[in-house]
Order: sequence, then structure tokens, then C-alpha cells
Amino acid sequence: MTPVSATQTLARIPVRVLFCAATRPYAEYPIAKSGMHQVLMAEHQIMNPDDIRRALVRVAHEILEHNRGIEDLVIVGIQTRGVTLAHRLSRNIEEYEGNRVPVAELDISLYRDDLQHRSRPVIKPTSFPVDIRDKKVVLVDDVLYTGRTIRAAMDAMNDFGRPRQVQLAILLDRGHRELPIRADYIGKNIPTSLEEQVKVRLTEIDGVDEVSILRRED
Amino acid sequence: MSLSHPAAFGAYSGTGHANGETKPRQHVLDLDDFLPSEIASVLENTRAMKEVLKRDIKKVPTLRGRVVVTLFYEASTRTRISFEEAGKVLSADVINMGGSGSSVEKGESLLNTGLTLQAMGVDILVVRHPHAGAPNFLARHLPKVSIINAGDGLHAHPTQALLDLFTVQEKLGSLAGLKIVIVGDVLHSRVARSAMWGFAKMGAKVTLCGPGTLLPLDLLRPNGHLPEGHCLASVKVDTSLDRAIEGADVVMALRLQSERQDSGFLPSMREYIRRWQVTESRVASAKPNALVMHPGPMNEGIEISSGLAHGDSSVIEEQVANGVAVRMALLYQVSTVVSQASGRLSIEQ
Repeated sequence: MTPVSATQTLARIPVRVLFCAATRPYAEYPIAKSGMHQVLMAEHQIMNPDDIRRALVRVAHEILEHNRGIEDLVIVGIQTRGVTLAHRLSRNIEEYEGNRVPVAELDISLYRDDLQHRSRPVIKPTSFPVDIRDKKVVLVDDVLYTGRTIRAAMDAMNDFGRPRQVQLAILLDRGHRELPIRADYIGKNIPTSLEEQVKVRLTEIDGVDEVSILRRED
Repeated sequence: MSLSHPAAFGAYSGTGHANGETKPRQHVLDLDDFLPSEIASVLENTRAMKEVLKRDIKKVPTLRGRVVVTLFYEASTRTRISFEEAGKVLSADVINMGGSGSSVEKGESLLNTGLTLQAMGVDILVVRHPHAGAPNFLARHLPKVSIINAGDGLHAHPTQALLDLFTVQEKLGSLAGLKIVIVGDVLHSRVARSAMWGFAKMGAKVTLCGPGTLLPLDLLRPNGHLPEGHCLASVKVDTSLDRAIEGADVVMALRLQSERQDSGFLPSMREYIRRWQVTESRVASAKPNALVMHPGPMNEGIEISSGLAHGDSSVIEEQVANGVAVRMALLYQVSTVVSQASGRLSIEQ
């Protein structure tokens, strides 16, 4: 990768990103790490709030259809955005079935096999308000990528009991699996390249509902 | 009266990270080089670790394959056992080593003991030593090992301070603005020194209290000032417990060793008890929900009355219970850096 001068870099930024810089807090400004150089990324929205809402409505219906109701069902959200999505799915299901599906929250930082690579994330709460033994568990996360998070989540869940069955619901499948893991319910399939980054923003955490791809501009 | 000099406790600058960036941490030597945000994330991780300790299966694979050695040149029950438990719950291999029964008895120097352990591939070394600065010395000379200070001389005891911070935060919700009274043998207390840094950094107002002979001299000198805005500028000193305890949110009694009377620090133990013992009647003038703390081991009837030590306002047992979770959070905090320092992995997502 050849280093680029500041003026060259600036010339490459699409107007949209420059506009983002003015309206978003500095910390959110899209920058990708690439060796020693920081490269500016262009951001393209691929799901708007309505797309996300519709995808979650469909996934909620698929869960109900596949499980023939909500009996013995527990939704387990993976921190942080998986938890938000889990609560939304549970609310959707309550709307159609009249009954709430219990939601558990799971943080998998202590189970990662790639902890050494990463800076230490702050561990978010794990709480299992219901026993998952012999239940049908629907794991929920925002993006399915390498599959390592899901593997860690299944390990973590086993410490709380042995579910009868584990299903996986995700908002976004971007491919590039490194483990034999697939999702049962998928909000949207998006073919991506390894250089791209996928950013999911949810109102409860980020103040806005959207999914975008960050792509290096050359 | 405020602290007379930034070097009052031999501390280096507490404002070393002025730009707000937290570098990954390799060592935990004292709280003076912690940013408030870093303390806050350790406390948040402690809460998560506490949840792990409440599970049926108290085991997570986080530190699988890591070796933790506890190297204790001084007696200890709770610190050592809680480090051992913390390491084992996180799946590390924990080896205990003491001064007696090891090569230390044959006269091996601290440096050579450290180099030996480093050569054996130890990842994290938990050190307690009677001399101040021993962990810092090891940290300077052992590039491949993470050092965690478990108490060195009269200098620092950062893990105890963090568990005190966590206990107070858990009970009272927040640390900012609280009035913390630390009473007793402040001069000989590494717990007080580290706790003072921790509470001050999180915005609490610390008052150090005790007989004049047991307060660090430079704290009593009114002239001289800390740099503008230094967190320790809020630390006060008072020789009267009755005055200091008024409106306090937390009263922390320190252990008073009986040798102090023989070596001339105290005229008599009875005088100390009458003026500085933390009692029910004194705590009555603190805030209604005030917490009573003690780092242990206690001399009941000397620095704290028995009734109070086991009463409703006492959180002394909680302190011990939280000790394991805090030490888990710290082992987790240094664990990542260890593998980078030993050159095993360098990829970043």
C-alpha cells in the first residue's frame, strides 16, 4: 500500500463523507486502520430504518413459523447490538402471539479465541433470567462474519445449561466464514469483500437505524 | 490543609495521559498512572466478573494457557487466595511461590528470581514485597512479564484500593462527590496511599485522619501547593475524628499494629481507642447510610469496635468478596498485552 499525501486523500473523499464529518461526532468518523496509515473510508447505506424494521418483522414471523409458536422458546442476544435486536424480536413476537418470549443477554468477551488480537473490550452484563436447559434457544447477533463470535456464544451458553436446540438469527450475513456455522434466519445477505467494513447502527445505542458498508475509496 | 507537594507519596505525575488516550496496560503498579476512564472500565469489568462468580459453573476460558505466579515475600491471606481464585476462575495456571521454601532462602536476589520466572515463560507475576518499589523494579527489568503489585512496603496496594472503590460504587451508586474518611495509621498504610489516589481520581473528597504522629509529615505542612487542578488537591487532613466524620459517606478504618505504641508513635493504646476508634456513636454523626470499611485483618476493639465491624453498616465482608472479582478484572486487563509483549501475536482486527 503506497502512502498518500493529505491533499490526495482529501481529493478522494466523496462529498457525502465530508458532510458526515460535519454532522457526526469526531469519534464516529469512518477511519480504517491499514498498516501505519489511516485511510479514509466512504460510507454507503444499504439498509434504512424501514428495511431494518421489515427484516425484523419477517424474521420474527419465520421464528414463529419454524417453531410453531413460542413454547419453550428463549431469545439470547449477544452484546451489544444483538441484545437490542433480541428485545425488538421479542416485542414483535409479543405483538403477533400475545405472549412475551423471555430474552437473555450474553457477553462473549471472556470466551473469545482471538482475545489476544484485540484491545480489551469492556465486558457488558450477562444475564439469564430463565433457565435455558431443554429450551429452544434463538441466538441473535447483528452481523454474521467469520462465525467466531457465534462459536464463543455457544461455548458460553453451555455454562448456563444445555439447550434442546440452538438456532441462529442475524440481521446481516456478510459471508467469509472461518467456521462451519450458518444462520437459520437472515435479515439480509450482503456479499462483501474482506477490505470492506459493515457498520450496524441501532436507535437504542447509536440514535439512528441504519446499516452501511465502509469502503476504501481509490 | 492540602497536600504540600506532588511527591508527597513518592508519586509521579497523575496527569501523564493528558490527551485522554489509554494505552494498553502491561503492569498494575499503583493507581497514580490510571486514567479515571480506565478505573471506570476496570470497575465495570469487575461487575461482569462478579456475575461469573455467581454462576453454577465458576469457570471461563479467558486465560487458558497463561501462567500466573503469585510471588509473596510477605504474609497474606486474602490477597493471595483471591488472586489464586481469580486466576483459576479465568482458567489460568496459577503457581504460588513464597519467600520461604524457595531459592529466596538461599539468598537469590529479587532480580534473579524474576529473570528465572521470566525464562520459565510466566505471563503474569503478582508480587508482594516488604520494600516499596520492588514491583516497579521488576517491571523495568522483565520485558516479557506483566507485573501486578499486590502490596509493596509502605508504597501502594492498588488492587485493594480498586476493590474499595468498587464496593463503594456498588453500594452508593457513584463515587463523585462522596466524602471518604480514612482513619488510623495512615503513615504506615499502603492501602491508604492507593485508596487516596483512586478515590480522588474518581472525584470523591478524601479526608485522612489519625494522630499527628501517624500522618505523613508533609501532609501536615500547610505551605506549598500541588499543581493547578491536581486530583490530590482535594485531599484533606484532620487530626480529630469527631470533626472529620461529620457528614461522611464512607468511613474506612485502617489496621493499627500494636508495635506502634512501643516504637513511640502513640502514648498509649487507650488514648488511641478513646480518640480514634471508629464506634457506633461516632458513625452516628456521619450520613445515615454511611458505609464502614476495613481492609483487614482487623484488630477489633482497637481501630474499630466489634459491634460496628459486624453491624449493618459494615461492608467488610463484601470487600473481601469483591476482591476476587476485582483481581479477575485486572488479570483480564493485563492479559492481552502479555501476549503482544511476548511476540506471540500482532494482528489487529
